[in-house]
Order: sequence, then C-alpha cells, then structure tokens
Amino acid sequence: MRNVFLFISRYRTFISFLVLQVLSLWFLFSYNRFHRARFLGVANEVTGRINTQYNKVEDFFALKAENQRLHRFNDSLLGLLPRNFSVHDTSMRQLQDSVPYDTAGHYRRYSYYPATVVYNTVNAQKNYLQINRGSAQGIRDNMAVMGSDGSAVGVVVNVSANFSQVMSLLHVQSSVSASLKRSGDFGTAEWDGKDPRYLLLKRIPKSVEVKKGDSVLTSPVSFSFPPGCLLGTIEAVTLDNTTGMYLLKVKTAANFLNLQQVHVVGNLDFEEQTRLNQETKKIIEEPKKTPR
Amino acid sequence: MSDFLRNSIRFCLFILVQVYVLNKIPHLHRFITPYIYYLFILWLPFTVSRQWLLVIGFITGLTLDYFTMTPGLHAAACTLIAYVRPFIIGVLTPKDNTEFNYREPSARAMQWTPYAVYVLVLTILHHGYLVFLEWLDVGSFLGFLVKLLATTGISLLLVFTVELLFSRKMKFRTNTA
Repeated sequence: MRNVFLFISRYRTFISFLVLQVLSLWFLFSYNRFHRARFLGVANEVTGRINTQYNKVEDFFALKAENQRLHRFNDSLLGLLPRNFSVHDTSMRQLQDSVPYDTAGHYRRYSYYPATVVYNTVNAQKNYLQINRGSAQGIRDNMAVMGSDGSAVGVVVNVSANFSQVMSLLHVQSSVSASLKRSGDFGTAEWDGKDPRYLLLKRIPKSVEVKKGDSVLTSPVSFSFPPGCLLGTIEAVTLDNTTGMYLLKVKTAANFLNLQQVHVVGNLDFEEQTRLNQETKKIIEEPKKTPR
Repeated sequence: MSDFLRNSIRFCLFILVQVYVLNKIPHLHRFITPYIYYLFILWLPFTVSRQWLLVIGFITGLTLDYFTMTPGLHAAACTLIAYVRPFIIGVLTPKDNTEFNYREPSARAMQWTPYAVYVLVLTILHHGYLVFLEWLDVGSFLGFLVKLLATTGISLLLVFTVELLFSRKMKFRTNTA
C-alpha cells in the first residue's frame, strides 16, 4: 500500500496529466456522440452573456446594411397598402389601361422606390436633399419623398441618371397640400425658413375646430403625395385676423436632421392629372378663343 | 502588477482575441485556422508548478471550447502542451541558474533560437493533437497533414508578430524583491 502512495506521489504530475487528458477526451467524444456537453448549461450562460455584449458591437457595424434591408422590405410592404389603389367606375369605363390591377379590381396609383439620402441640409432657406436613385431607377420629377417611418419629406424636383434632387419640406418655396386628420379640412403646408423643426399650415378657416396635437396629413388632392402621409402635429394655434384663417405651427413628423433612408413615391396618374389641370386652366383663361 | 493579475488579464485578452477576432475573420482556407490563445500557456511564468500548469492549461482550453462548442478538444491539446512545457524549457534553458533569472519565457529570456524552438515544438504539438482529434472525428489523413502544416505556419506567424509587437517588459527576479 505504501508503495502505491509512493508511486502516486512520484508520478503525480503524469497522473494528473492523464486524468485531465481522459477528462477532456471524455468531454469531447461524449459531445461528439450525443451533443450533450458537460457543464454546457452553465457555460452557455456565461458565453451567452459575453456573446451578447460582443454582438452589440458587431451589430453596430452591420447596422447600415440591416437598415437598408429593412428599408427595402418596408418599401415592398408600402407598395401593398390599400391606399395605393383606387377603384375604377367600371360602368362608365370603356378602355382598359395597362396599369396593373390587384385581385379586387383596384388599379395601382402609387409605386414605391427605396432610396438613401446622400446629401441633406436643414440650415439654408432652400433646403434640398440628394438621394441615390435617378431616372435610370425610375425616378421622375414631382414624385413625393417619404421618410422611413412614412412621414412626408419632400418632392423630387430634378433627376439625373443615378441621383435625384429633392426639394425638402424645409424649402421656402415648398407648398404641400395638407389636410387635418380630425376634420379633413384642406390647407397648405409651407415653411417660413426659420426653424427646421416647424412648418406652417395655412388656409384653414377659423370655423374649423383645431387643437394642439392634432395630426396633419398630406391631403387626398395632392398630385404627388399619397393621401394620409403624416406631415406633423400641430404645435401652436394662432389666428390671423386679417384673413380669418388659422396660422398653425406644425411640428414635422420627419426628423430632417438625421434622414437616412427614404421612400420615393410615384403617382402613376400624375401626368394625366396635371395635363387635365393645365388644359382646364387654358380653357378657363382663354374662354373667348375656345368656343365651348 | 502581480503575476496573478497580469496573467488573468492576459488570459481574458487571449481568449477574447481568439474567439472574437481569429475565429470570426473570414476563413482563408478550410485548412487554415489561426490560433494564438495557446501563447498564454507558453507565456506563463517559470515559477508555476507543473500541477498548476496542467490545471491552468485545462481551464484555458475548456474556456475556449465552450465558446467554440467543442468541449474537450482544445482542453486536451492545452493539457498536452502544459504537460510538455517544463521538459522543453528544461532542455532549452541554461542549467546555470545564477545567469538565469527572468520571470517568464520570452525571446530575451531564452535567446531567440531556443525560444523559437520552444514555440515551434509546442505549436506543432498543440496543433498536431488538435488536428489529430478532429481527424478522428471527420477527415482524411492527407487533409490532416496539410491542415497541420498550414495551421502551424499561420499560428507561428501570429505568435512571432505578437512577440515583436508587444515586447513584454521583462523584470528580473531579484533577491531583494
């Protein structure tokens, strides 16, 4: 017996080496066979925590790509919204046009394109955005631009092959037809060039009940914007006594300071609507030359 | 800084670099897996007893194993090099202890050639055992050899890069301390 202890104490390093080897090989082969690791439950808790921390950092670097992916997906979903479709009055209709229909016989009025803002200012009087899509990708003048949360941002004013210039809502010449969500009254959203956080909503008559916090949407009569895009919420109500109209201060829904991903919305009826509009004007303004 | 604290920090750094850098970088080739964490065992102080070396080696390997979900694989390889380490050091360092009073293995403590041999032998042992164990599970013998050579090559490159980048401040063990 004494010899055994002597042997063990003499070779204790080698014996502990063997023990550890056998232990690790047992771990390894039992895992390879059953995929049940020893102490894996505890170890998983620890490695999981550390991995979570690491993942936060890793995710940060993938954020841009992830954001773009999400944005593209949102864009495809926006294209499915019912407000993009209108119903034709079939009893009065004689010709089919080539615009795709959905299954319920609605035809598509708005189509969406994803884009990334490559340049943006907010501190000029005339602020423009530049986006990385152009005529080659199907962008046309007068298309509306929405932020990634669906809030109104601006209108395309100029396109090149691969880029477009967007007149931001924060442009002193910008004028967007807007409506109050609560009452549905139409007004015009403009910008006075002062504070990039606020727009002005004009031409709401004082007969309408207006409260602070009311939502202001793009109106159904806008040629560019699809109806119901959030423009902002009313921040302050003032009455302009000379005109009898409200002068409403609207807090913009889109944060123009950090716009990254946007949707460009094209009204497929835009040409027809504007042509009709112009022809009407021509008829009304030159009534004597064109006999009715 | 005490040896314990120093080596604890080093342990964490090596494991984190191995798990989150070397295991994450896009693979150069299916045969090449860069390893650096075992340098922790190579850098342990001379004063650590052989028993403790084995335990530390086992824990180091097992820690990495639980990150890579291969329980036992690296632990076995690390235990092996922790066991062999004292023999190699005994062969390669001068017997005359009056001249030899560095704290832990390094190029300056052991001279470049013996240190290189020390690293090379333990690297081949570590990778050889590791790849051998993987080969038992899946793989072919030729793949085993190629993988051993490629992995050893890339790991040696890493080890010597680290060695040159982080020149450890070698403090003498003195009688006064």
